[in-house]
Amino acid sequence: MLALFKLERRPETSRAMVYCSPLIAVVLTVFTAMIMFSLLGVDPVKAITVFFIEPISSVDGIAELCVKATPLILIGVGLSLGFKADVWNIGAEGQLIIGALSGGGLALAFYDQESIFLLPAMLVFGILGGMFWAAIPAFLKTRYNTNEILTSLMLTYVGLLVLSYLIHGPWKDPDGQNFPESRLFHESALLPILIDETRLNLGWFVALLVVALGWVLVSRHVIGFQIKVVGMAAMAASFAGFKEKKLVWLTLLVSGGCAGLAGVIELSGAIGQIVPSISPGYGFTAIIVAFLGRLHPVGVFFAGLLMALTYLGGDSAQISLNMPNAVTGVFQGMLLFFLLASDVLIRYRFKFSQSPPMSERQQ
Amino acid sequence: MAQSPRLQVVDITKSYPGVVANDKVNLTVNPGEIHALLGENGAGKSTLVKYIYGVHEADEGRLVWEGKELQISNPSHARKLGIGMVFQHFSLFDAMTVEQNIALGIDRKQAGGDLPNRIREVSAHHGLFLDPSRYVHTLSVGERQRIEVVRCLLQNPQLLIMDEPTSVLTPQEVENLFKTLRLLSSAGVSILYISHKLQEIKALCHAATIMRRGKVVARCKPEEQTTKSMAEMMMGQNVSSPVRSSAQTKSRVSLDIVDLSVSSTHQQGTDLKNINLQVLSGEIMSVAGIAGNGQREFLEVLSGEVLVDDPSMIRFGDIGVGRMGPMDRRKIGAAFVPEERLGHGAVPDMSLWENVLLSAGPQIKLVKNGFIRLRAAQKFTEEIVGKFRVVTQGVRRAANSLSGGNLQKFIIGREIIQKPRLIVAVQPTWGVDAGAAVSIRQALIDLAGTGAAVLIVSQDLEELFEISDRICVISNGCLSAPRPTASMTVQEIGLLMGEAGLGGKGASPI
Repeated sequence: MLALFKLERRPETSRAMVYCSPLIAVVLTVFTAMIMFSLLGVDPVKAITVFFIEPISSVDGIAELCVKATPLILIGVGLSLGFKADVWNIGAEGQLIIGALSGGGLALAFYDQESIFLLPAMLVFGILGGMFWAAIPAFLKTRYNTNEILTSLMLTYVGLLVLSYLIHGPWKDPDGQNFPESRLFHESALLPILIDETRLNLGWFVALLVVALGWVLVSRHVIGFQIKVVGMAAMAASFAGFKEKKLVWLTLLVSGGCAGLAGVIELSGAIGQIVPSISPGYGFTAIIVAFLGRLHPVGVFFAGLLMALTYLGGDSAQISLNMPNAVTGVFQGMLLFFLLASDVLIRYRFKFSQSPPMSERQQ
Repeated sequence: MAQSPRLQVVDITKSYPGVVANDKVNLTVNPGEIHALLGENGAGKSTLVKYIYGVHEADEGRLVWEGKELQISNPSHARKLGIGMVFQHFSLFDAMTVEQNIALGIDRKQAGGDLPNRIREVSAHHGLFLDPSRYVHTLSVGERQRIEVVRCLLQNPQLLIMDEPTSVLTPQEVENLFKTLRLLSSAGVSILYISHKLQEIKALCHAATIMRRGKVVARCKPEEQTTKSMAEMMMGQNVSSPVRSSAQTKSRVSLDIVDLSVSSTHQQGTDLKNINLQVLSGEIMSVAGIAGNGQREFLEVLSGEVLVDDPSMIRFGDIGVGRMGPMDRRKIGAAFVPEERLGHGAVPDMSLWENVLLSAGPQIKLVKNGFIRLRAAQKFTEEIVGKFRVVTQGVRRAANSLSGGNLQKFIIGREIIQKPRLIVAVQPTWGVDAGAAVSIRQALIDLAGTGAAVLIVSQDLEELFEISDRICVISNGCLSAPRPTASMTVQEIGLLMGEAGLGGKGASPI
C-alpha cells in the first residue's frame, strides 16, 4: 500500500485554518450537493440557484432570511459560550420551547388587556423560562456530576410534551374549533414589524444586540476569559482559582436564557400564537451554527445567516424542484460533517510524499 | 580494533518548520560501549534517537548498522535488528501484571517460549529482580523501569537506548541501574545513554557525544573531563553558580503547617499524612522526594486548589488559609509555580499576556470593573519578558510557542515580579537547560533575600543542595523533619526517600 499523502502535526495550531475551515466546508458542501442533485436528475447549477440565490433575491426574501436567522443567532451565541467552557448544552430546543411557553403563557393570561408593559414582560419571562429549563442540567451537573449532554437533551423531549399537553388541554383556543392551537396574540403582545408586508420584526435587533454583548463578553470581560481558560485547560483554571461550578451555572443559564428569548421572539414575532411546532429544530441547528461560527459571536452571526438560508433554500427547492423537505437536513448535516473534517487541518496538515519511502524491509 | 562499529550515523539532517533539529550529525557507537548523548533541552538528542529507533525518517544522511547500510522504517523493524529503547515516560498499564505488560509490547517468538520463566531468567541474570505476577500499580517507579528494561532485554538487543533513565529514581536505585548497565556492557551490549546529568555520565559512560542546537559540538571521554568542562561544552559558555549572600535574618514564621492530613482527590494519588512544617521568612526550604509521593497533593492544598477542613491547618503569617481559594491566597501575598507548565501553570494555546492574567489579574490591577485592561496587561507582560530574559517573538505569541526553559522563566517571572511574601515552586528547573536553570535559581535566591519564604519541591538533589537552607523529604505522603542542608548527605536523603517508597502505592511515573 502506498499512501500519496499523510497527515502531519503542525508545530503550532493554524489560526488561518480556524477561519478557512468553515469556508472549505461550505465549498465542499455545495460541490457535494451538486453531485447529489445531478444524481437526482436535476440540473445542478439550476438547483444551486434555486437553493441559494432565489430565496434572497427579493426584499421579502431577505427579510425572511433575517427572521429565520434571528433564533439561530440568539441560540448560537449562547451555546458558543458554553461550548468554549466545555459545557455541552444540547437541549437548547427544549429551553426554546419552555421559554416560548413562559412568554406566550403571559400573553394568553393577559389576552384581554392591552399594555405596553406586556411585551417586555414576555421577553423577560421567555428568558427566565429558558434559564429555568437549563438550570435543571446545571444543578444535576454541579451537584451530582451528571452529564449535561444527556440531561439537557432528554429535557428537550419533556419540553415538547409540556407544549403538547398545554395546547391540547388548558391553553387550547376555546373558539378554535378544537385545533391544537392557542388564541391569537393581540397587538401589544406582538413584536413591532420593521418592514411592512414582511415578517421582519424587532427580534432581529435583539439578536444583533446579543451578538454585540457576546462579543464584548468574550473579548474584553474577565468572565469571557475565565470561560476560555476553563475550556482550554481546566487545570490552569483551577490554578488561577476560577470557580468551575460557577461557570457551569453561568454558561448554562446564559445559553438557556438566549434559547428562551429566541422562543418567545419566534412566537410573538413570526408566529403570533402558540402552535404545536414552534421551532423547526432551531435549537439543534444552532449547535452547527455555533461551530460553523467558530464559537465566536461575530462568526455565529454569519453562520446563522447561512444556516437560515438552508431553511429557505429547502422550501424553495420543495416548491420549484419538487424536492423533499429533507434536503434542508441533508445540507445542514453535510455542512457539519465537512466542517468537522476540515477542522482537522487546524492542527494537522497534509504532507505529500513525492516518492515512496525508501524502506528496506527484511523478512 | 578490527571490529566494526555497532552503529554509525553519518551526516544526519532533519529539519522541522523553523528549526534544524539535526544538522549533519555524526555518531559512532562501538560494541560494548556505554555512549553518552549529552546536550541541553532542544539540542536535538531526542530527534536523533527517534531516527535511530525508526520513529521518523531523516531528511538526509545514512545509517550503518553492524557494517551494513540500511534504513530503519519503524520501531518494530528496529527491535528486529536488535535495537531496544527505554523511554522516559513508561508505557505500562497499572491494572495489569508485569507479565501481561511485557507480553503486550513484545514479539513472542523473539522472546522465546514460556514468558514468565524467561522474565525470571533474564531479570535474575541482570540483577533486575522482577516478579512476573505482581500488578504494576503495586510497584515503585524504579521497579516499573525494570519492566521496561527487561522487556528490551528479552529480545537480546545489541544496542539499548535509554532516555533520561534516572530522572525518577532514588540514588540507590540509580546505583542498581548502573550495575545492570555495566553488566550489559561487559557482555557486549552497546548502550546509548541520553542525559544531562553530568555526574552520572562521568561515573558511567565510556564516551560522550555532545550536542548543541542540532549540531555535534564535541566528543570526549567523560572520565578525562570535569563536570564543569562538560557543562561548558554543552552550553558553549562559562557556567556560573547562583550567588547567595549570607547575612539574612530568618525569624518570622511565614508558612506554618500543622497536622495536615488530606485524602488525595486523584486516582491512585497519595494521601498526605500528618504533615508539619514551618518555613521562615527569608529562608529557602526544600522538599525532596521521588515523583508521586504526594508532591502534587501537597501543592494543591498549599495553593488552595484543594481546600482543607480546618482553616488553621495551613497558616500564611497569622492567617489560617485552609478554606481560602487560590485567588484569596494570592491576595495576601502567596505565589505558586506548579510542576506542569503547559496546562497547569499556563494555558498552552493562549498568548503570554493572557496567561499573565491567570495569576496576576487581581493583584496588578489588570482587570477593572470586570473588564480586562489590554494595554496594561501587555505592558506588564513585556516587563516580565524583559526582566527575566524570556526569549519570545512577542507577548502575543502562544505559551506553547516558547521552549520549556523560556516558558518556565516566564512563569517564575510572572510570580516573582508580584513580590510575593511566600512562594511555593514545584520542580522549578525541571527540563530546563542549564543556563536558564541558573537564572531561575538566582531569582528564587534573590526573592528569599528580600525576606520572602521560599518552598521548593523538587527531585533534583543537586539543585536542592545548591540553594536550600533546610531540606526535608516527602515519602508516601509523609514529611520528614527538616534539617539544615549542610548537615545532610545525598545518601541520607536517598534513604529517607526510599523508606516508604519501596513497594509503596501511588508511585506513579507521571
